[in-house]
Amino acid sequence: MSDALAGLYQEVILDHSKRRIGFGELDHFDAMHFERNPTCGDEITLQLALEPGTDRISALGWRGAGCSISMASASVLAEMAPGMTIAELQSTIAEFREMLRSRGAGEPDIDILGDAVAFHGVSKFVMRVKCAMLAWVATEACIAETSSRQTS
Amino acid sequence: MRRLEVVPSLVHGVSVSPLSDLEVASIRADFPALGEFVNGQPLAYLDSGATAQRPLAVLDAERDFLLHSNAAVHRGAHTLAALATEAYEDARATVADFVGASPAEIVWTSNATDALNLVAYGMANASHGRGGPAARRFALGSGDEIVITEAEHHSNLVPWQELAAVTGASLKYVPVRDDGTWTADDAAAVITERTRLIAFAHVSNVTGYVAPVSDIVALAHAVGALVVLDACQSAPHRRLNLVELDVDFAAFSGHKMGGPNGIGVLYGRADLLDALPPFRTGGSMINTVTMEGSDFLPAPQRFEAGTQPVSQAVALAAAVRYLESVGLDRIDEHENALAQRMLAGLADIPGIQVVGPAAGVTRAGLVSFDVVGVHAHDVGQYLDSRGIAVRVGHHCAQPLHRRLGLTATTRASAYLYTSTDDVDRFLAAVAEVRPYFGVDE
Repeated sequence: MSDALAGLYQEVILDHSKRRIGFGELDHFDAMHFERNPTCGDEITLQLALEPGTDRISALGWRGAGCSISMASASVLAEMAPGMTIAELQSTIAEFREMLRSRGAGEPDIDILGDAVAFHGVSKFVMRVKCAMLAWVATEACIAETSSRQTS
Repeated sequence: MRRLEVVPSLVHGVSVSPLSDLEVASIRADFPALGEFVNGQPLAYLDSGATAQRPLAVLDAERDFLLHSNAAVHRGAHTLAALATEAYEDARATVADFVGASPAEIVWTSNATDALNLVAYGMANASHGRGGPAARRFALGSGDEIVITEAEHHSNLVPWQELAAVTGASLKYVPVRDDGTWTADDAAAVITERTRLIAFAHVSNVTGYVAPVSDIVALAHAVGALVVLDACQSAPHRRLNLVELDVDFAAFSGHKMGGPNGIGVLYGRADLLDALPPFRTGGSMINTVTMEGSDFLPAPQRFEAGTQPVSQAVALAAAVRYLESVGLDRIDEHENALAQRMLAGLADIPGIQVVGPAAGVTRAGLVSFDVVGVHAHDVGQYLDSRGIAVRVGHHCAQPLHRRLGLTATTRASAYLYTSTDDVDRFLAAVAEVRPYFGVDE
């Protein structure tokens, strides 16, 4: 099998695409967003819950349909996000996006990205970057929704 | 693998043999792109349903035109302008002959989508009173019905949704069955006295199903409805006589038949084209322009506003000549044999669900399928690592996929240059997909 394919489909990704951490709806959530990738039809509905009265994430819940990359990246994110503040989650998303835009260059920061470094290989497959970003973009929209509610 | 019985079949009542391996090898030599390596493996191009590779004869024809005769057509008095106009109109005559029509019934468009929009927006303009009394036959309003099928490509669906929205007509769908096919009886149950137009694909780009065109034409014409045929997946692959089929309009694209991008064809019955109001207006399509108003040239020029894709038209005519030199009946038979080989091979692989007509039923040379437990994008990525190019996704047919309970499928589509080796490599790679992703039982 080609090394490139093995670089794309890391064990962590194949594993998360089946485990689907966070799959399902939350009883309580502070923001919800539906995101769709029109070029491939992958879609996700993501819910974000905060610990009451704080800006700390308590849970991410999601439902969606898509390829192993988009499903695994939602799972990894749902595992990582709880416990982070909104600002921490935003900087993690920024780091993740930068890694995916690297086209395989550089070394991702495992201290910031944890299991999400497994998606470094995706950056060499430009057509799959949007798959990996799907849940993360939906999360950004949820964050924007909570922020706008707080400021309004 | 299951042994395939080669049954000589009838194409339009004539016994036709598929292309031999030697003939396919000789055809492949005309398509340099097929010699590419992808991810270290020889390319097996099974995405001709999306866009076909082009033979040298087409590339040469376009280059030759640009080197020796390039000029704007239907204007200018210089020699190159005359040569270009002649080449452009000769190309029209070649394409007209290819589908049994006369040149005045062939309109150049940028692609099939553009051609279908030309009809839809022409009818919208007629509905707003444009085109005078002659165009009233195209005017739609509240109570009128447009009929399409659930299996349509978005290009033969969204323009009709828009036409319905701007005219107040209602859009009705012929439902498809669980395998994605539909019959004349299914259509008859939807067509009524208020049906003004029925549009459908001759060959489905997802299921490979061949629609019962003559039956639908009879049903439509019995209630005075127009028939619009999406011939994108039929014109490149099988003998097509639009006049014999008695459809009113038909659309197909150059790039799916070995021709260039940026050129497509609208066929329209002469009396209809002369009455349909134009969709795009501007230079080259007018007779007299005053500050108060304009009148238009007869068809086809009235639909060809602005500078035209001349070298593309010339190259498309070269593609037509190339296909005719091989023989459309033999291409059709070759692709049917490849489709049956794919179906038989896929039936032997666990966890594959094929969409469309059952094995043995004549179908176009394409097969869409679901690999249970593996998303189509992952299937496509795996096949690409083996040098095999397929289409993945909803193939611009979201309503059909929704109806079939699938979000995406993988499609392998063949053409005259597709070899049995391409198909066998494809089948071997598909068999590896579920084990690779760990979903084999």
